Amino acid sequence: MKSEIQVSKPSTLFVKKQRNWTRVLSNNMLLTGLIIISILTIIALLAPVLAPFSPYEINPQNRLQPPSGEHWFGTDNFGRDLFTRVLYGIRVSIIVGLSVAIITGIIGLVIGLLSAYFNVLDHILMRIVDGLYAFPSILLAMAIVAVRGPNTVNVMIALVIVYIPSIARVVRSAALVVKEQTYIEALKAQGASTWRILVIHTIPNVLSPVIIQTTFIFAVSILTEASLSFLGAGIPAPEPSLGNILFDGKSVIYKAWWMTVFPGSFIVLLVLGLNLAGDGLRDITDPKIVHAKRRKSL
Amino acid sequence: MLKYIVQRLFSLLPILLVVAIVVFFLAHLTPGDPVTVLLGDEASEETKAELRKELGFDLPLYTQFILWFKGAILGDLGDSYFLKMPVTQAFFEYLGPTLSLAIISQIIAIIVALVLGVLAAKKRGTFMDQAVMGISLFGISVPSFLVGLFLILIFSVQLQWLPVAGYRPLSDGLGEHLRYLILPAIALGMMQAALIARMTRSSMLDVMKTNYIKTAKSKGLHPNKITFKHALRSAFIPILTVIGESFGTLITGAAVVETVFNIPGIGQLIVNSIERRDFPVIQGTVLMITVTYVLLNLVIDLLYGVVDPRVRLNQRK
Repeated sequence: MKSEIQVSKPSTLFVKKQRNWTRVLSNNMLLTGLIIISILTIIALLAPVLAPFSPYEINPQNRLQPPSGEHWFGTDNFGRDLFTRVLYGIRVSIIVGLSVAIITGIIGLVIGLLSAYFNVLDHILMRIVDGLYAFPSILLAMAIVAVRGPNTVNVMIALVIVYIPSIARVVRSAALVVKEQTYIEALKAQGASTWRILVIHTIPNVLSPVIIQTTFIFAVSILTEASLSFLGAGIPAPEPSLGNILFDGKSVIYKAWWMTVFPGSFIVLLVLGLNLAGDGLRDITDPKIVHAKRRKSL
Repeated sequence: MLKYIVQRLFSLLPILLVVAIVVFFLAHLTPGDPVTVLLGDEASEETKAELRKELGFDLPLYTQFILWFKGAILGDLGDSYFLKMPVTQAFFEYLGPTLSLAIISQIIAIIVALVLGVLAAKKRGTFMDQAVMGISLFGISVPSFLVGLFLILIFSVQLQWLPVAGYRPLSDGLGEHLRYLILPAIALGMMQAALIARMTRSSMLDVMKTNYIKTAKSKGLHPNKITFKHALRSAFIPILTVIGESFGTLITGAAVVETVFNIPGIGQLIVNSIERRDFPVIQGTVLMITVTYVLLNLVIDLLYGVVDPRVRLNQRK
């Protein structure tokens, strides 16, 4: 009996994996989102190679030049090449967004699991999470950056604090469902330790909502970072970020449309790509929607 | 019902306590001494010690918290370092434009979202549906300040129809008031409209599947009557939740949009206080807005009973 299970296991896994890939490829939203993000990520990684100028090189004679063959996106109010600055800005956005998403995902996972499995911790952790969740996110992030001082690390710390509650809540409710499953009871009856149940048997089962939520946090972190930098409570000049380029552009909006249109469009594209990917992921992992689609195709 | 309200209010206490603790410690996260921030590096140790005593910074942390918390409950959030007035007074002086902006954009968002959401649900799977969903996906991907900048570029710089920035109070006449607030209100309302439209669509689709809608159809009721009187009303609960949540985000979102359009509201108060490192104002406004936000969600919760009799009955049981 035992050997049979061992033989059949890898093959079903393989079939399942293959099906997952076809599901990814057949979901247009997810695919479009992934393509957009991949292209922008490659651009961001290659920024030092692709950029024709230095993002910090000031050239007062070249102030506010409209887009041309030399300066594709024109120049800013210090005469710096806007194309270069936008490239580096995308890079900063992706670095901030991705780091916040990953760190938030991990901390949120730990907090959510601990409160689902340990009653005493649940009361303390969930009160803190509920309290933090009560704050409007931009406001709390703004206040944290304001008191800590505006720089990239503080922006990331602020965003992590602000977005942990949403992951922790998702994990907790998913883990509470898993906890009541028969196979967890069976594991307990067999004498499996709590840690084993948590790490080996619970994490894989709560991972998909976490990944979806993390994708959305990636997106909102980029939006919030841009808003904070636009308000002067984010990444400080002269380091280029899409938000602070827009801040510079605001004062010259009458003369230099390019300083608003180019960085603005890339924020939209980035966030749109992530939202598409998030929506697509939710569609392919939500059994309710999968069922509905199957029923429809029947 | 009264018992339910009291119960809900009590359940808010731990949340509000955590909020208060977080807000209190915000000022203590400051790298360095807040007194040095206030007086500058050159101040002598004596003046620093004096000010420290005056502001109560020499007391133990928990005593400071208790004193601050007592004050906060009684409506005393300290004085602004810079504006030379109590924080609550400053807050209410700047509240008007923010509230006006938030209400106008909420109205725009609800109208646009309900129309688009219902339309998408009724024409499910058609081009119309996809267009609405596409627009709303776009709507949640664009930050409000960016919408504001694009609107300025189009309507103020290119077409020159509307003012670039500024604010006129309601006392200058409703027309003038709206002329200055319409662009910021659209900028602010776009994301809310997108969120509400998505929720309206999915909630309507759920309700349309139920048996009582089938019954209504088989009775031969007019489709519009079914949509608006039967379906939309019971689809309204999740929509209401999103509207409630969005109103809280609107007030904070207003902070960002106000900066774009130079509107003298809470947002500008916060942004200016950040620049001046005026911590009592930052603390106070964050606390006031968050408490309003929490209470607003409670009101929305209680409104469910008014909108949906089923909820009301369950509460009585």
